[in-house]
Amino acid sequence: MNYSPMRMYFDYNATTPLAPEVLAQVSRVSADTFGNASSVHHFGQQAKAVLDEARSAVCRLLGADPSELVFTSGGTEADNAAIRGVADAMEATGRRHLVASAIEHEAVLNTFKALARRGWETTLVPVDTSGIVSVERLREAITDKTALVSVMHANNEIGTIQPIADIARITHEHGALLHTDAVQSAAKIPVNVRELGVDLLALSAHKFNGPKGVGALWVKRGTRVLPILTGGKHERNRRAGTENVPAIAGFGVAAQLAATKLPAETTRLSALRDMLEAGILGSVPGTQVNGDTSRRVPNTTNISFDRIEAESLLIALDLEGIAVSTGSACSSGTLEPSHVLKAMGFPAHRTQNSLRFSLGMYSTADEVNTLIAVLPRLVEKLRTLNRARA
Amino acid sequence: MSGGVDSSVAAAMLAEAGHEVIGLSMQLYDQSEGQTTFGSCCSIDDLHDARRVATHIQIPHYIMNFERQFNEQVVANFVREYAAGRTPLPCAHCNSDLKFATLAERAHGLGADYVATGHYARVEQSAGTGHYQLKRGVDPSKDQAYFLFSLTQAQLAQALFPVGEWTKSAIRDYARARHLPVADKPDSQEICFVPDDDYAGFVGRHLPAGVNRGHIVDEAGHPLATHDGIHRFTVGQRKGLGLAHSPTGQPMYVIALKPADGDVVVGPKTSLERTTLTASGVNWIEGAPETRRRVTAQIRHRHRPADAFVEALENPTRAAVTFDEPQLAITPGQAVVFYDGDVVVGGGWID
Repeated sequence: MNYSPMRMYFDYNATTPLAPEVLAQVSRVSADTFGNASSVHHFGQQAKAVLDEARSAVCRLLGADPSELVFTSGGTEADNAAIRGVADAMEATGRRHLVASAIEHEAVLNTFKALARRGWETTLVPVDTSGIVSVERLREAITDKTALVSVMHANNEIGTIQPIADIARITHEHGALLHTDAVQSAAKIPVNVRELGVDLLALSAHKFNGPKGVGALWVKRGTRVLPILTGGKHERNRRAGTENVPAIAGFGVAAQLAATKLPAETTRLSALRDMLEAGILGSVPGTQVNGDTSRRVPNTTNISFDRIEAESLLIALDLEGIAVSTGSACSSGTLEPSHVLKAMGFPAHRTQNSLRFSLGMYSTADEVNTLIAVLPRLVEKLRTLNRARA
Repeated sequence: MSGGVDSSVAAAMLAEAGHEVIGLSMQLYDQSEGQTTFGSCCSIDDLHDARRVATHIQIPHYIMNFERQFNEQVVANFVREYAAGRTPLPCAHCNSDLKFATLAERAHGLGADYVATGHYARVEQSAGTGHYQLKRGVDPSKDQAYFLFSLTQAQLAQALFPVGEWTKSAIRDYARARHLPVADKPDSQEICFVPDDDYAGFVGRHLPAGVNRGHIVDEAGHPLATHDGIHRFTVGQRKGLGLAHSPTGQPMYVIALKPADGDVVVGPKTSLERTTLTASGVNWIEGAPETRRRVTAQIRHRHRPADAFVEALENPTRAAVTFDEPQLAITPGQAVVFYDGDVVVGGGWID
């Protein structure tokens, strides 16, 4: 047993390090631009200019118009603002039904639960072992009472990409709105709000080398959404609270970098991911990839290890200096059975024997090779103990 | 690491002695809906305390999810025992069936050689036989060897109890001197998964077959009153019997519980006295004695061990105990633990 001083990070879907350019921008704006963007005077105007520049950069990443983008404290707030904001606006129309996929992030699922306690009807549409939502099953779930459908663009645990454009068509046939949580797809694959055909879209900066605590909700012009935070007239009356100007400025730079590097990073990361996946499947018996392998973001793989507790393997890897995850953790930091793998119909043991490996900016072939070299020994050790007990 | 001072100091002592220490905490309940109303051990705040201590002493720390195992092995047994008219001892089950079983296996999987806990007890390897011996902690007011009687030789061989060599006040002093964040945290008292110490309420909510109501009867079987569930009673209990006045004018105690009839049998204090008991699920730390053995026997945590003879029955997982003097309220479901001085000879569950 030894603690490696070298640490390797395979958990970019949880969060990412700041890009140096982002750090420089956050520092510069923190130092130079302290004004309140709502102020009339010079200081306020300077801050406002920083926000406008960032807003434009983020909108370029999304093919959106800057007037449609609301900055938030992150992806969770953006999801809440979309779902609660639409629910509040639609309540009077008699549409009191919400639909989502069963593999959504907790930011969506628990917001649905909160609205269900307020009397909203909610439907969660399951997925099959591909991890991709069936458009047909969704069509059956949506009714003329449906106010909003929420389906994530890419899943955080297994990386599968959902057929958002198709879902948008059937959602709109019923006069409902479509929200997509694009937190895990933005900067990994092209995300264009017009091509997706959605009405609302949530983003988070720290998933692509931006600062934590900042995100955005894109709202198609003309969409009725009530603000969930009440207060001053910030963000065109859509989100009260003085803007976090330095973080938003960093968000803008991160979006700009992502837009520039996306094609090259897609190629590089998918090659690394495929190498990692092939390496594990080839060197560790009893391993399988969870979910569809053709329609997924380039940086993610989710692998099940027969006769292993994911919790133990995760800890064993961490003691070797290798950081991975399972995708969902509870409030104390322990692992819970994956609700995503459960929704895909896997048996109980497989919802607790799977690890997520996600790559990003600083991932290298050397790191991947180290992981592949270390993993078989750790798995074998844990399996030997399980055999001894059985 | 429970987040309390004892396991925190145990970890700190080992780290300070130069061992490679990995901190592990067990999450035992579902914390996902923000339940923070559980008792004083292993609530989410305690898990955070354990994390703070680990950071302070610079060891890695992980929280393992044992909700399912805890429920199946400890909580379910606790409820079942009360339903059967017995008074369970969940901490002992948690030690032998979780901490030194599943948790220890996980620790080995991570490459650990030993499992250390914050129990006030000692393990020593006998020079002659090579056997491991379980001994009382040096602080008689904190000794927890009673709760560890069911550890096997294999479990003892990998167990470390660093605080067992010290008094509680020395442990507090150690924690304060090193500025451990939990140095002045109060000791835990109740059973950790029962909020507010309300065992009857907890068991009542979890009984699979529902509440077993019936009568309070005297020793001749005459009904004296009705009661709201046999799980609300324990042998030796005097308060809460709901008897306006005792038929004899003397204080009445619960003498026995008869779940099949729903009867709670009450009687005077003298009826609580017994000089013999039998026990099941007996663990003999260094093997079953071949003949009747002189020991002191302890029948509950706060009981002064009494002189007795113990003998292993034909099936050595059963034992018969004969006390020199009558003992009050020998309670089915509790542990009886046999000692030779400070050394735990063995123990079992009172029938």
